[in-house]
Parts: sequence; C-alpha cells; structure tokens
Amino acid sequence: MTEPAISLKGKRGLFTKFGELNWFVVLLITAIACVGFVMLYSVAGGSIEPWASRQMIRFAVGLVLMIAVALTSLRFWVSAAYPIYLGALALLIAVEFIGTTGMGAQRWIDLGFFRLQPSEVMKIALVLALARYYHGITMREAMSLRSLLIPVILIALPAGLVLSQPDLGTALLLILGGAAVMFLAGVRLWLFVAGIISALAAIPVAWGFLKDYQKSRILTFLNPERDPLGAGYHIMQSKIALGSGGVYGKGFLLGTQSQLNFLPEKQTDFIFTMLAEEFGLLGGLGLLTLYGILIGYAILVSLTIRSHFGRLMAMGLAFTFFLYVFINTAMVMGLLPVVGVPLPLVSYGGSAMLTVMIGFGLILSAALHRDAIIPRSGAIT
Amino acid sequence: MPIKDRRIDRFKVYSRRAAILAGFKGLLVSGLVARMYYLQVIESDRYQMLAEENRISVRLLAPLRGLIVDRFGRVLAANRADYRAYLIPEQTRSVDDTLDALSRIIPLSRDDHQRIRRAVQRQRAFLPVTVAANLSWTDFARINLASPDLPGVQPDVGSTRYYPHGPLVAHLIGYVGAPGEDEVGRDPLLQLPGFKVGRNGIERTFDSQLRGQAGNMKVEVNAVGRVIRELERKNAVQGSTVQLTIDFELQRYAADRLAGESGSVVVVDVKTGEILALVSVPAFDPNDFNLGISRTKWQSLLADKRKPLINKAVAGQYPPGSTFKMAVALAALEAGVIKPDHKVACWGKKELGNHTFHCWKREGHGVLDLVNAIQHSCDIYFYDIADRVGIDRIAEMARRLGLGSAPDLPIPAVASGLVPSPGWKLATQGVRWQRGETWVAGIGQGYITATPLQLAVMTARIANGAHAISPVLTVTPRSGEAIDKAPAPLNISRAALDVVREGMARVTTHPRGTAYAARITDDGYAMAGKTGTAQVRRITKAEREAGVRKNEEKPWEERDHALFVGYGPIEDPRYAVAVVVEHGGSGSRTAAPIARDVLLKAMRANSAAAPVDKLPEQPTLTPERGVDV
Repeated sequence: MTEPAISLKGKRGLFTKFGELNWFVVLLITAIACVGFVMLYSVAGGSIEPWASRQMIRFAVGLVLMIAVALTSLRFWVSAAYPIYLGALALLIAVEFIGTTGMGAQRWIDLGFFRLQPSEVMKIALVLALARYYHGITMREAMSLRSLLIPVILIALPAGLVLSQPDLGTALLLILGGAAVMFLAGVRLWLFVAGIISALAAIPVAWGFLKDYQKSRILTFLNPERDPLGAGYHIMQSKIALGSGGVYGKGFLLGTQSQLNFLPEKQTDFIFTMLAEEFGLLGGLGLLTLYGILIGYAILVSLTIRSHFGRLMAMGLAFTFFLYVFINTAMVMGLLPVVGVPLPLVSYGGSAMLTVMIGFGLILSAALHRDAIIPRSGAIT
Repeated sequence: MPIKDRRIDRFKVYSRRAAILAGFKGLLVSGLVARMYYLQVIESDRYQMLAEENRISVRLLAPLRGLIVDRFGRVLAANRADYRAYLIPEQTRSVDDTLDALSRIIPLSRDDHQRIRRAVQRQRAFLPVTVAANLSWTDFARINLASPDLPGVQPDVGSTRYYPHGPLVAHLIGYVGAPGEDEVGRDPLLQLPGFKVGRNGIERTFDSQLRGQAGNMKVEVNAVGRVIRELERKNAVQGSTVQLTIDFELQRYAADRLAGESGSVVVVDVKTGEILALVSVPAFDPNDFNLGISRTKWQSLLADKRKPLINKAVAGQYPPGSTFKMAVALAALEAGVIKPDHKVACWGKKELGNHTFHCWKREGHGVLDLVNAIQHSCDIYFYDIADRVGIDRIAEMARRLGLGSAPDLPIPAVASGLVPSPGWKLATQGVRWQRGETWVAGIGQGYITATPLQLAVMTARIANGAHAISPVLTVTPRSGEAIDKAPAPLNISRAALDVVREGMARVTTHPRGTAYAARITDDGYAMAGKTGTAQVRRITKAEREAGVRKNEEKPWEERDHALFVGYGPIEDPRYAVAVVVEHGGSGSRTAAPIARDVLLKAMRANSAAAPVDKLPEQPTLTPERGVDV
C-alpha cells in the first residue's frame, strides 16, 4: 500500500523537494539569526560594522548550504556518514600539527578564506557515524555489551583529541551528544548510570590533567567572589548585566553593562547577556522560545521518520543544538562554568554558525525524506 | 514474529527514550527560566544597583580657597594653577619600577622617594599619592607624553596656594599645609591629593571660611575607568574672601623701613583699633610651606638669632622703658598724688637706702615739672612720682591702657606681657615687693614687659581721649563673632590726658625734646611720641664707674632695645604707632625716625580710610576634573 508512494517520492524532482521543504523552520532559523544581527549591531555601539554585516554574509552562505544539504537524499548521508567521520577525525589529527591556536583553545586550520575548526565538523560527523552504526544493527545487538565497543571508540577518539587541544567545552559536547544517540538507540539504562558514576569517580584524576586556566574557571564558577577582579569578573559582570535588565530591559543600545564594556566577550559567548540586559526577561525568554520551537519541531519530526538512521540523526543533532543553547545560557547566568560555548546562530563566528546550519540541513533532509526506506547495509539501491 | 517484534521494539524504545530526553531538556530549560526569573525579577533591584555602581563614579570637586585681601582689596593670598602628578598605587604592578621610570623624566630626590614610599604604605592603595607638584609646563607635558610607560601615574592640574607678597605678610596670614592623619579620616575633601588646610595665622583661624564647599560630579565611566560623559555636576563653592584691616602699602613700607633690623612696627587706627600695619622682621616665605618645607631651610630659620619664625609684633615681650612713663604719669595724676605743676629737681641720681638710682643724663636735668619730665624723659622725676603713687595704682593704670593681658587676635602666639604687682611677686617668687622695684617700674624697667602691639594700643588709648579701643585685624568677622562694639570710655580725666599729651608733643616738637630730630614738619601731620630705651642687661656698678659703654661698643645681643611710640596728627589723632628695634641702641636715634616715616606715610596715604566693600574674586583657574574618593 505504501510502496508506490515511496517510489513516487523517491523520484521527486529537485524543484518539488524545494517546495516541500519546511519553510517554517527556515523562517525560524532566520528569525533567530536576525536576533543575532540586531545584537551585533548593538555590540558595535549602533553600527552594522564590523560584526553584524559579516555575520549576515555568513548567514547567507549558511542558508544556501543548509538548503543544499536538506535537498540531498538521506541515502547519500547514510553512505557518507563513515567517510565524513573519518575525514573529520583526520582533520582533528592534522590540526594537532598544522593548526593555529586562538585564545588558548579551539584549534583551526586556516584555509585563507575560512578558518576551519575540525572540532565543529566532528560535532555533526560523530552524530552521523553513531546513527549510521545503530541503523546497521538490530535492537538486540544494540542492547548487547559487545556492540558498545564501537560507539565508545567513535566517541572517545575525537573527544580525546579535542580535549588535548585543549577544549573542554567541545569535548563535553561531543561526549554528551554521542551519549544521547546511544541512549536513543536503546543502550541499557544501567550502563548510563554506571557511566555517570565512573565519570564522577574519574573527576579527581581528570583534575590533574586540566590546564591551570581551566581549573581556575571551574573554581571561579564554584565561587565567583574568589577573584572578583580576575577570573570571577566575567561571571559577576554577566550576572549584574542580566539582573539589572529586569523584566523589560534597559532598551536597545542602552545596556550600560554592555555598552560600557563591563561585559566581556559580548559579541560571542556573552551575547545572550546583552540581549537580556537590553530587552530584559521578555527578550531573553523570547529567544529561548524560538529555540524551543525549533528543537520541538526536530523532536516531533523525528518521530515521523521511518528510517532509524534519520530518527537518530535528527534527534542527535537537535540534542547537540540544545546543548549549545543550554550550556551557553546557563554559563552566562552563572549556572555552569565559563567553557567557551557560543550561542548558536546568534553569537558572532562562522564555524559554529555553519555547523548549526548544516546540522539543521540534515534534520530538514531527514524530514524531507521521512518516508525513505533505507536498508541496514545503507547501500543505495 | 521475532522480526516484527524487533522492528516495533526499535521504534518503541526510540520514542520512549525521545520522550525522556525531551522531558530532560524541558527540565533543564525550566531551570534556565527559573534562574532568569531569579536574576531579573527577584534580585533585579540589587543588580541594578550594582550596575549603577559600575557605571557611575562620583568625583569630588575641590573648592578654591578663599582669597585673603587687605583693607583696600589687594590680594595677599591667592591660588594659582599647579601642574602635578599623582601615583595611584593599585594601578601599578611595582611602585618602585614606576618611580624609577618617572625619575628618568623629572628629578626625584631621595627624600621624595622616601616620602612617596611612606605614603604608599600608610594609605589605602586606591588613594592617590602626590609624587610631584609645582611642575613646570615642560615637565608636565613630558609626563603626559610618557604616561603609557608610567602605570598608575596620573597627571593633573589643580590649584595651589600662592602668596604674592610672601614674607611681608607671613606672620599675619600664616600658611597652608597638608592635613594631618587624624583630620583626614573625617572629611572626604581632605583626602583629595594636594588638598591643603590652614596651618598657621589667618589661614588657620579662618580655615572654615576660606575652605569653601566641595562640589561633586557624577560621571559615567566604562570598564577601564575612562569617563564617557558627565551626568551631573554640582560646582564647588569657593571659600569666602577674608579681608584684613591691614593697609598693605603701609605694611610693605614699614617692612622696608625695618629691613636689616630685627624688630617690629605696629600701626593702629586710634578710633577703631584696626591694625593698619603689623610688621615683624625678619620673616619667612610662607610659599615654602605649601609643599612641606625642606629640612635645611627649616633648620636655618630655627637657627637664625633674629628669629624669623616669631611674630615679634605680638609675641615679643620687651621692657617698655621710658614709653611706660605716660602710664606712670597718668596713674599719679588720676590718683591725685601730684598736680601737673609738681616739680622735682634732678641732679643725675637719687638715693634709696644704700642704693643709688641714676638718671639717663648723668649731669641731671635740674628742676622739672611733669611736661618737662616727659619731654626730657627724666628718670629721677618718675622715680619720685612712682614712689608717691605706688606700684598698685601704676599697675592698675597700665592694665587700663591695655598692658598685661593678651589682645584677642586671630593669629597665634599673642603674648600678654607682664604688669607686676606685689601680690604677683609674692605668689611667683615668694619674696616681698621692694620699694626700689616701684622706682624701677616707674621708668618701665624691671619686671614689666609689653609687646609692640600693646604699646601701640596704649598709645592709641591715650591719643583717642581714653577710649578702650581693642586691636582688630580683620574686617571680615570671625564666624560667631559679634562686631561693632563702641569702645568704652576708660574714665581718665581730660586734664590728666592733656598734660601727658602735651609732654608727648614736646618730645618731638620742642627743640630739646628727646625725639626732636625725628619731628614731622609737614603741615597738619605733626607727630607726638615718646622714646624708650630698654636695657637688655642691668648696668653693674663697676661698669657705671668705668664709664657706661656706648651701645655701638657692645656685642649685638647686649645692646639696648630701641623703642618709640607715637601718634599723629597731634591736633586730631588718627594713627598710633609703636616701633621696637631689638638691640637697636637708643629709641630716639633708631626707633623714632622709623616711627616718623611710617606715621607720615599712613597719614599721607590715609591708611585708615574705610575698607572697600567690593572685594576681588578669584578667577577660575582650570576646569576641575575631579578626583575619585
């Protein structure tokens, strides 16, 4: 009964697919990016230069890429999952040798026109690879201890490399994103409990491997007053900015904490603080609502996807996206240590924006090809 | 069956776990929302306050110090722009390195280094320490240029006290200095770097009036403390001007006239008691005290035997010598023990028991009445009448004329002099008063002492018809001081005063008066007066027999003090003058000519003319930038 419909849809033309794209999601993403443009305009003291203009260009590029990814067949992504993962891994290793370090963390490879951050590519690649892996095995296999080995290696390799950069924030994002896919795939719950317990037990050991600035960030997070003029300054000033914004905010371009530079890194990591200072609780909740709708869409659409690969990928990417938003906002509110995670689509910066938009491209692709049946082997038939 | 199960299972597990994950996300998000509510609603007020504290910096604006002017509005103490540099210790990593860097630009002495380091240790690290003041424009510009290499060093333009006529008014005006540690705690104004308070003289007495009121400005600053804009400003109010009764031109003239001597000149308006000149030489330069005087300068001031730090006009206590004879004469006349025509024969000496009392004129004056006795300053005559009237009534008259108690003046160290009495002697020395001591008191020697100011007041009270004028130094009332008390009459009979004044007139107008050489011949400006020579050492019998040495033959410290008191014009007295030249020799030769010149100058210039009402104002020096406190 459903067979003809599938074969019909499988033969859809590019133009038809373009029309069937979920334009509401595209609109939503554009709206969130516009919030970013507005805030970047304010960061520059009411000027489109130097941040807002460049961010707009990046967004335009990202939009084209996202739609291109969305229109690409899901089957292609299944077969490309492992090669992409291996490529990203190779880049992560390469960056150890030829990469450039900026601000003490996050290495990149300078391509001239673009600074490629392999750790960003890996965020997507890891989800793809894990979804591909679980797509290829049965539920029973997925629940077995034996098949735990490959996903753990898939996660541990890039996480270890990123950690050595050293970029604790991204490493945690990779581990959590990977774990979420494993969780969705049906890995037994007690394993997660065991994992959490052993992670907690490893904290004292891990502490020894942390760099001084990382230790200081964590200690400062636990007690911001420890060093109010040094490492604790950022958190204190961010909380002051948020709190002083109140319910309605101080008004566009009128945030004293941001405009007078008391707020650090306001065009990147602390842009949410600036929004909440100038537009208050209402502005902050407004942006969170936009994110919520976007993530909610991803969750709902994943439930309609027929292929296991598509479901796991959509949900995994949506969770990674959620982690971005959560870690960034919790960080600027003083709920988490400052780990250097940008606010997706809003913070100034090309790599993170492209990652997120390609990620949504994949989610849209899964949605567009929700009825595609993909064999376990993943081969294109 | 197993295949179907498997397929259903996979989707079921997925959707259940997706729901759990979504619930987990929802939990985290509600945590975020709760946190935002806490920060932006519950704690919002507190954070708004903190944001304001971040943003707004209140800076104190130092008021300009009030001017000090003379009776005609001539400026005696002003303010001028001062280029200086502070160091804010907390803004530099190493105070020593910064000072080293600074000393490559401007000279910093070892003393400076020590002073700065001491201040850095003593006060809180965010308070500025003055590292250099009074900089030349070139040095100031070089510091500004080098400021990137001088962390914590802040160039600033402020104002500093300036005394255009330094030493001429030093003893009156005093000086300013940095407030003491104990004072600083109370008043934020005093914490301003370079802020000075009155340390001596008028500067000190009138400090609260001169200080003015601090203003403040609220500025918006950015994270590195740079001022973005001014939000609010309350300008500082300059301290009020204090006007002295001094006629500065007269003061300057008198000081010039005394130059090279050690002594004082006081000129008083006999009608009002206003002090028109109060000179003590040598003096010091109060400008030296602004920044803290150097050790060597201070030591040399202390070591100078002419005592430049002491205001001799009010603090110098001298035996009045013959200038006291008017008081003795008035006491005798008022007591009725003599009549003006009372005659005494002077043969150069007079015996009392086995003591011999000498007249200054060894061969004697012959027979004299009271007027002659004053004119010639005959000692024998005054031994006689002092003996008749007695020490108690002499002392009482001396006090009525203003001796023996300190006048109330807004300057420090105003001395009271001493008017002795038998009771005083018994109490302080345990010895009874001797009759011979009354004789000695009759010629203003012995225990009795008076300050130049007191002598001028005494002369003024005789000249004005016995009205109890009190000396006044400022036209501006002291805070809380009542003004315009009409001087009370002293109840000395006109007849007695006329006799004494006739004697004083003869001193300078009669060819055989003791100060005839210093007479004023200009019409309407004639001066009356009385010479005095105060012995610094008692002349021993042996010396007298060997022949009294002339003053010029003695070492400076042993020479007599030369005194003169006088008033003018004789017909309608307006000015009283007292001159004391320490170790100046004779009153007629040294003191009288100075008194004459000063008095003539005062009369010609009409020094006692009403003080001007409209006082000059200090022009604003520089826009004040304010200092964080």
